Amino acid sequence: MYKIVKKENLSTNIFSMDVLAPLVAQSAQPGQFVIVIADEKGERVPLTICDYDKEKGTVTIVAQSIGCSTKKMAQFNEGEYFHDFVGPLGQPSEYVNEDINELKKKKVLFVAGGVGTAPVYPQARWFHEKGIDVDVIIGAKTKDLIILEDKMRKVAGNLYIATDDGSYGFKGMIPSLIEDLVVNQGKKYDLIVCIGPMIMMKFVCIMTKKLGIKTIVSMNPIMVDGTGMCGACRITVGDETKFACVDGPEFDGHLVDFDEALRRQAQYKNEEAEKNGEHVCTCHKGGAN
Amino acid sequence: MNRFERVQISEQSPEVRSHNFEEVCLGYTEEEAVAEAKRCLQCKNPQCVTKCPVSINIPEFIHEIAEGNFGKAAKILAKYTALPAVCGRVCPQEVQCESKCVLGNKGDAVAIGKLERFAADWGRDHDVEVAEAKESNGHKVAVIGSGPAGITCAGDLAKEGYDVTIYEALHKPGGVLVYGIPEFRLPKDTVVKHEIRNLKKLGVKIKTNVIVGRTVTIDDLFDKGKYDAVFVGSGAGLPKFMGIPGENYNGVFSANEFLTRNNLMKAYEDGYDTPIKVGSKVAVVGGGNVAMDAARTAKRLGAEVWIVYRRSEEELPARVEEVHHAKEEGINFELLTNPTEIIGDEKGWVKGIKCVRMELGEPDKSGRRRPIPVKGSEFEFDVDTVIMALGTSPNPLIPSTTEGLEVDKKKCLVADEQGQTSKEGVFAGGDAVTGAATVILAMGAGKEAAAAIDKYING
Repeated sequence: MYKIVKKENLSTNIFSMDVLAPLVAQSAQPGQFVIVIADEKGERVPLTICDYDKEKGTVTIVAQSIGCSTKKMAQFNEGEYFHDFVGPLGQPSEYVNEDINELKKKKVLFVAGGVGTAPVYPQARWFHEKGIDVDVIIGAKTKDLIILEDKMRKVAGNLYIATDDGSYGFKGMIPSLIEDLVVNQGKKYDLIVCIGPMIMMKFVCIMTKKLGIKTIVSMNPIMVDGTGMCGACRITVGDETKFACVDGPEFDGHLVDFDEALRRQAQYKNEEAEKNGEHVCTCHKGGAN
Repeated sequence: MNRFERVQISEQSPEVRSHNFEEVCLGYTEEEAVAEAKRCLQCKNPQCVTKCPVSINIPEFIHEIAEGNFGKAAKILAKYTALPAVCGRVCPQEVQCESKCVLGNKGDAVAIGKLERFAADWGRDHDVEVAEAKESNGHKVAVIGSGPAGITCAGDLAKEGYDVTIYEALHKPGGVLVYGIPEFRLPKDTVVKHEIRNLKKLGVKIKTNVIVGRTVTIDDLFDKGKYDAVFVGSGAGLPKFMGIPGENYNGVFSANEFLTRNNLMKAYEDGYDTPIKVGSKVAVVGGGNVAMDAARTAKRLGAEVWIVYRRSEEELPARVEEVHHAKEEGINFELLTNPTEIIGDEKGWVKGIKCVRMELGEPDKSGRRRPIPVKGSEFEFDVDTVIMALGTSPNPLIPSTTEGLEVDKKKCLVADEQGQTSKEGVFAGGDAVTGAATVILAMGAGKEAAAAIDKYING
């Protein structure tokens, strides 16, 4: 059993939790994920590691309560326990092992969609602590869904906000903002790291391919075990089938077959709706992302 | 009584059981078990024992059943095996112990497996205390993986007085016993849980949700956990796919995914959150026990099911008993048939499978006749789900994060007969070494390794 030592509501339906899991905290690196099982009858839900504190032995997860399991998790309070919490899983972000001096020469843009802002924050902070200023875009449907803005502002070089409805910041989708930054404002980026809903990552990649900027995406397909034993999370990258849980979850976004990935992500839609009494559940969309 | 005829065992009728997940075989009653046990000739030089990978003294426990001493029989079994109720159910006895029974020369071999199962079940139902461990010797051993190999190794070491901790990646211990083999062949809440409980009674600690290679490494275990030795029984859990077009369409699953959802996550039971997808027409590709398990599971979830296998019935790697059960339950067999492509509809869902008929050529290296496609025999049939049960290979996570741990071409850990790997203090056994095999072979390897670890630590 894994104790929830801190819970915070980041917006009406996005919550953050620090979970006591010292072994996971000890080994966690940026880019990796955990699998959480809320209670005895719960399913295995993959969530990106949003932060970790090796001294306190805690791992931070952030999720949006939109599906059966994330809704269940949202009802847990400080001092209560998750049934299972396993990780860290997947490969750490590529830059973790890169030479710092090489990294310093690069101009990096982080692109965060909705709840994907949570895993972007510690990565931006990681760069900030090493004296590298990265630019960050946070995008969401509407102003209320923008999370972690103040924290992000402290670690980002430039922070740009985009909302679909124009209620805050740039009015429009994230790809249009990227185009605006690069084409109209003359910003130059060597690398874009994009975390968010799969559909958003797809359109960001279409744009960045056009602009010729290398883009890393954090894929969030359906997962069961998360250790490579089932292949539920398989995606096509280049011409190869990859298991996102062990080969990823981060991949070169320009090589990912997003249409296939989006299709596979919707595989259990009907079953979920049935289990949830007709409400269409999206918790298999990788939870935190 | 005819000594050459086996006492029949009762089973759920196929019409009933194909709609539920209850155990198919109901087991012997006390009277039936005694009658069957009395058939055993109590050979002076018992050949059955030579074919048991954990060398159970078979005539001894059968003798006790014949005498009505069921608890005693359970205790004898416990000396040799940590999983008698499992082995009695899932071992391929027909190619092991029972293949050498002398009665088999003139009639039916003694039903050793069914008797083993009877004694273990009786012991469980009557709370027979079977766990007996020596006093602690102060040495610590870590076991990676809680499947049959790890359980056996841990049990044997604990009995010798070792302080054993098992590290398991999933949230429940048991390995393939909990995620792979379905409830209708191996009940989890009674049989598997009980045998795990016996292991804990020996003092074995089980840490679930720890992925060695990610959460901790083998080197961490030696440095920080201060273990004297490590046994790797991490199995072969990586599913194979065919590499044919259409394999990533919606509705194509590995048998591992399908069975894990159903068995480990209990998707078939009300109240559990994990969904499972089974269409109305399912093709299961492969001919092993896993293929039979997946097919029979799909049937129970309400589908019409076809096994698609490239060789003929004679070469089916699944147990004869399981093939028989599958047929009784109405599973269709498309033999000498190999898929060449999976066809999807405009929305990317499976709508059919393209196959080619095969014929058998000369025997290949494995001694089985090689299947060759028959030219011009391609055909399609409509299915909405395809389950790939083509076998599995070991997970590369442990060797890739452990310096000095050698693997072969097939990514299997290299270990000698006693389980010693290329790294000092690290032993391995079961599917992690051999590639996918059987529960009982993994147990045999776990047993050998436990003896070797004891020798390594105590000289």
